[in-house]
Amino acid sequence: MRDVAVLGVGQTRFGELWDRSFREIGIEAGLQALVDAKLSSAQLGGLYLGNMASGSLLDQEQIAPLILDYAGLARRHLPAVRVEGGGASGALALHAGYLAVASGLYDYVVVGGAEKLTDVPDATANQITSATADHEWEVVFGATLPALWALIARRHMHLYGTTREQLASVAVQAHAMGAKNPNAHYRNKLTLEQVVGAGPVAEPLGVFDCAPLSDGAAAVVLGPLETARQHTDTPIRIAASQVACDTMAVQHRTDLTSLASTQEAGRRAFAQARRAPADVQVAEIHDAYTISALLSLEDLGFVEKGQAGPAFAAGEFGPGGRVTVNPSGGLKAQGRPFGAVGVAQVVELVRQLRGEAKDRQVAGAKFALAQDVGGTGATSVVTLLERAN
Amino acid sequence: MSVARFWRETPRRYNLGGSKCTTCGTVYFPPRSVCPECTSHRQSIEKMVPFQLSGDGEVLSYTVVHDAAEGFEMQVPYVVALVQTVEGPVLTGQVVNIEPDGVRIGLKVRATFRKLREEGKAGVIHYGYKFAPAEDPPVRPPAGRPAGVPVSEAPARDRAPA
Repeated sequence: MRDVAVLGVGQTRFGELWDRSFREIGIEAGLQALVDAKLSSAQLGGLYLGNMASGSLLDQEQIAPLILDYAGLARRHLPAVRVEGGGASGALALHAGYLAVASGLYDYVVVGGAEKLTDVPDATANQITSATADHEWEVVFGATLPALWALIARRHMHLYGTTREQLASVAVQAHAMGAKNPNAHYRNKLTLEQVVGAGPVAEPLGVFDCAPLSDGAAAVVLGPLETARQHTDTPIRIAASQVACDTMAVQHRTDLTSLASTQEAGRRAFAQARRAPADVQVAEIHDAYTISALLSLEDLGFVEKGQAGPAFAAGEFGPGGRVTVNPSGGLKAQGRPFGAVGVAQVVELVRQLRGEAKDRQVAGAKFALAQDVGGTGATSVVTLLERAN
Repeated sequence: MSVARFWRETPRRYNLGGSKCTTCGTVYFPPRSVCPECTSHRQSIEKMVPFQLSGDGEVLSYTVVHDAAEGFEMQVPYVVALVQTVEGPVLTGQVVNIEPDGVRIGLKVRATFRKLREEGKAGVIHYGYKFAPAEDPPVRPPAGRPAGVPVSEAPARDRAPA
């Protein structure tokens, strides 16, 4: 296995992109990444595309060749593969692209992630996203994706004393970060009172505890580290890429307040990179729900189990804290176009490690972590990135 | 959801039919064909036997749902809980016969047979388990009815009269 680097990045704005089609946003992100990597399409070996639900959202399957076609590459007959893992689809596609380059099968690949959630009514989009939970034994009985996370939240509050305000602090920070990101779905700031007082979705979670339904696309170009300097002055090495899975349904977890898939993917990733959580300066984590951010921080090893609430509320994961979490605004503020999320996390971290994140720049960022989760944690993907010197 | 897709799970959703590993004794719901607890999964193949849950348990966690799942729009706000059964498995289900404010972690509950949802006015009606406070008399699925055939109205009201 050879070392793999991120050579180029691209991303569309996230949000309600009424005037833009799935193929337009997919191509925009991909072409940006190719230009950023100074890569000729003749050098390209293949395309991996993360997407959760194009069939049920857009009545369109085979979207990987579709994007390849509209990127002008159909006549090269390149392999184009869609990868699906619910909300973790983007990071799973990155894992697939990483393996392809690391193995030597291809030299250069584009990894994209794209989702168009606003071409269907909100209620339909919510049903489709709840399909990332166990339909037969959770959804049929009245559970939704936010309801399942609410069950986890209530149990976490019961066991560890996590408070409503501590949960809300996650959303407040996300919006403060998103306000600095021109690509973010939401750029408005929120107060703790607004989050706590918002209408309930599934108690104890309210509207502002939940990430929005967004459209958007992101892409990266991967290639071998040994030739990376031909493409960029600041290659970012993928120090680890690890996937771990767990039971589909929350009810089957041995520990209801832990994401075992995140624990395991994180443990494997740090082992692969021979590093530890203390080495991370900046992280993009799964804050689709305020509670999911707290669990993620605990299960990645940034804070002891049960202690993420007080630590987050005290600013330990904000600017100047022990790890700066979700400088992009995260899923909560930058937005949640499911299949694009995992790729967009890496786009943000590459910008951070290059020192190109402008107002959002985390000083001294050298080593970064991305964590992408499908459903309530049946899939977790952890990617570690470092600036190659 | 097609009729067949719901109908084939009737023994589980109507009667809480689970399975038990005869190698290690662990009980599962819904039934599994392989035991995740056995150190060698192969040991458990063809050694899983049907096992009937009693329906007794207690609330491990709960949420009051305001943004409903498909087919549950008329029931909001409704309570969904994780219920720890006395036999071991944890089940996800609604808690009924009690106001949402009265539900607590640790509440003793018992499975009861109810209408889950209907697919529009002319669509299939889905039945299955919900949970009610343990002191309430349980509703059992009607005997002798062909599995999966819809009936015209719910066997019991989901909410206590105000």
